Amino acid sequence: MPLSQSNIRFEKVSKSYGTLRVVDDLDLMIDQGEFLSLLGPSGSGKTTILMMLAGFEAPSGGTISLGSQRIDPLPPHRRNMGVVFQNYALFPHMSVAANVAFPLEMRGTPRSEIEQKVTRALDMVQLGAMKDRRPAQLSGGQQQRVALARALVFEPSVVLMDEPLGALDKQLREQMQLDIRALHKRLGLTIVFVTHDQSEALTMSDRIAVFNRGRIEQIGTPREIYDQPRSRFVAQFIGETNLVEGTLAEAGDAGATVKLEGGGTIRVQPSDLRPDAGRILVSVRPERIRLGPDAASENAYPATVTDAVYHGDHLRIQLDNGAFGFVAKADRKTAEFNPGDRVMVSFAPADCWMLPA
Amino acid sequence: MSETSLKGRLGALALVAPLVLFLAIFFAWPLASMLKESVSDPVGSHAFPLTAAVAGDWDRQSEPPEALKQAFVDDLRAIDDQQLLGDAVRRLNSAQNGFRTLMSRTIRAVEEQPEGPLDLVAVDKRWADVRFWRAVADSTNPYTDRYLLAALDYERDASGRIAALPAEASANTAILLRTLGIGAVVTLACALIGLPYAMLVASVDGWKRQALLGAVLLPLWTSLLVRTAAWFILLQEQGLINDTLMSLGLIGSPLPLIFNRLGVVIAMTHVLLPFMVLPIYSVLLSIPRNLMPAAASLGAPPWRAFLRVLLPLSLRGVVSGSLLVFMTAIGYYITPALIGGAQDQMISSVIAFYAIGSANWGMAGALGAILLVATLALYTVYGRLSADRAGGR
Repeated sequence: MPLSQSNIRFEKVSKSYGTLRVVDDLDLMIDQGEFLSLLGPSGSGKTTILMMLAGFEAPSGGTISLGSQRIDPLPPHRRNMGVVFQNYALFPHMSVAANVAFPLEMRGTPRSEIEQKVTRALDMVQLGAMKDRRPAQLSGGQQQRVALARALVFEPSVVLMDEPLGALDKQLREQMQLDIRALHKRLGLTIVFVTHDQSEALTMSDRIAVFNRGRIEQIGTPREIYDQPRSRFVAQFIGETNLVEGTLAEAGDAGATVKLEGGGTIRVQPSDLRPDAGRILVSVRPERIRLGPDAASENAYPATVTDAVYHGDHLRIQLDNGAFGFVAKADRKTAEFNPGDRVMVSFAPADCWMLPA
Repeated sequence: MSETSLKGRLGALALVAPLVLFLAIFFAWPLASMLKESVSDPVGSHAFPLTAAVAGDWDRQSEPPEALKQAFVDDLRAIDDQQLLGDAVRRLNSAQNGFRTLMSRTIRAVEEQPEGPLDLVAVDKRWADVRFWRAVADSTNPYTDRYLLAALDYERDASGRIAALPAEASANTAILLRTLGIGAVVTLACALIGLPYAMLVASVDGWKRQALLGAVLLPLWTSLLVRTAAWFILLQEQGLINDTLMSLGLIGSPLPLIFNRLGVVIAMTHVLLPFMVLPIYSVLLSIPRNLMPAAASLGAPPWRAFLRVLLPLSLRGVVSGSLLVFMTAIGYYITPALIGGAQDQMISSVIAFYAIGSANWGMAGALGAILLVATLALYTVYGRLSADRAGGR
């Protein structure tokens, strides 16, 4: 890649529309060659950040730099970043080849070289045979691949993607996720990827930044985000979880004990969390909950099945033990569960994670 | 398949029936009768039915057969409608000079000898001339191309060949060309003003868009006559524009803005501007909003993005707008009549002259037909172009 130093730095960046503060005092560092997903509900500011990076929006405050160069005053056409838009934004009056050639023409690349690079870029997305077609004659997935080829053909060091797979159906989306990830690895690109789909973010990213109301709630690897959420928002936004409220009774190196509202305790894995008032949430992922007749674990509670829904690859079971409710995912083959059944709910302390209430 | 589907079809027919009837009565029928008027020439065949029956047997070159001559004499004896006879004489005289005196002499001779064969050459030497018989025979054909030819400044000469009218009698082509010229200038002016304006309208929203759209639509909501009269007030020698410019000291004497081509073009451009702005505006709205940002992100500076992306995509609107403006412009009548000078009259005023001024429905119909053909030809070209575009390269 041409640029040696292409890490991106947001420093105290904010963006307001009138009195509405969309991005609030953002500090963010994106490493060269990193795949970073900006994940959050709509209105959380993630797209605005991408638009500021691409140059379509100007920050209300703070600076954005690429390597040693400050880029926030630059117009979009001088930033040299590939952008893949949500609805592809292909030029409908140009052929596929002309679309891909466009950024090269704008850079004054010689004709012979353009042809060569366009062919190579289209081959990379397996669309070499479609080069004379119009975008309207392609399927959604093919259009998306053309958009990808167009954003990559001029060899930008940074590629920005704004929910690029949102309009595709599930199977195609999963294929494209793998394709984009493979391209990222092969070309060593820095990719900033905006999505509201948490599973997409988990499967594709090196790091995920979870946004809520214009601020980063948590940033980390997919594993950290899923297994060690730092807030109720992150725990609930990424995947499904059971949250139980209690007070921290005792904490040590071996683990901690949380006292529950309705009596009883939960043993949880060790954490450095020390809430002031002792109020705490315990998060347990549904797929970590075991259901059975015996109580072999430290955390075991009798409960009643209130609902069991067949999901194909798993059963989703709703449970109630009087004090709190549970959702569990069970292997569909282990046992039959029917509403009204009395079962034992148990989970290992290592699968229990504490968050501030 | 059944009764219900039949019933449904009948119901659908009943729903469109008012439209179909309206179009048939107020559009198709007048159009067809106008076109028929431009090629019909019924006087001769009405006045000389016997001659009409045998005229087809004669080759128009050799000596006219006796049967034809006898039929003509019999027709003249049979005719008792003086009005029809007068029309027929006028018709014959317009094809061949001299018929007026020839016919009055011949009619007198026919009245004197109400029975039997009549030697017409003895009555008048001119009956020996084949050209007069040719005029008689031709006049019995109920259809004619002479209005259409005359509309394009052509005629059939004595031998029946198509020939150009003498220069002093050929104003129609010049007026037709002038009409197309004014239409083209107005269309160009509308495109030059309309395209940036439509882009401006499409780029803002809320009350600003409503205000800008309202400003361009306002002329459509006022009567054509009022708008034209308003331009009269603005453009005249002591009008608002000249007074303002003079009081500002920018000009010493009033600019000639009215009763000339400039005034006509200004007023017509104003009146027709909505027909340019609206199609372009609707095309612009259909262009995805992220194309210009996409072009910028791919390295296109704003003006290159405009030239390569926005302009080609809005061209479809410019073409349909131009077509609308041009086709409306070449039919304009009131504006050039009020604001133009003698040299700015368009084909519609000639049509109006023939239709209202001289009751020559044949000429009016023929000129209308020529205008219709020009419009249809343009529309066909447009259809081809837009079909090509839709089909891709």
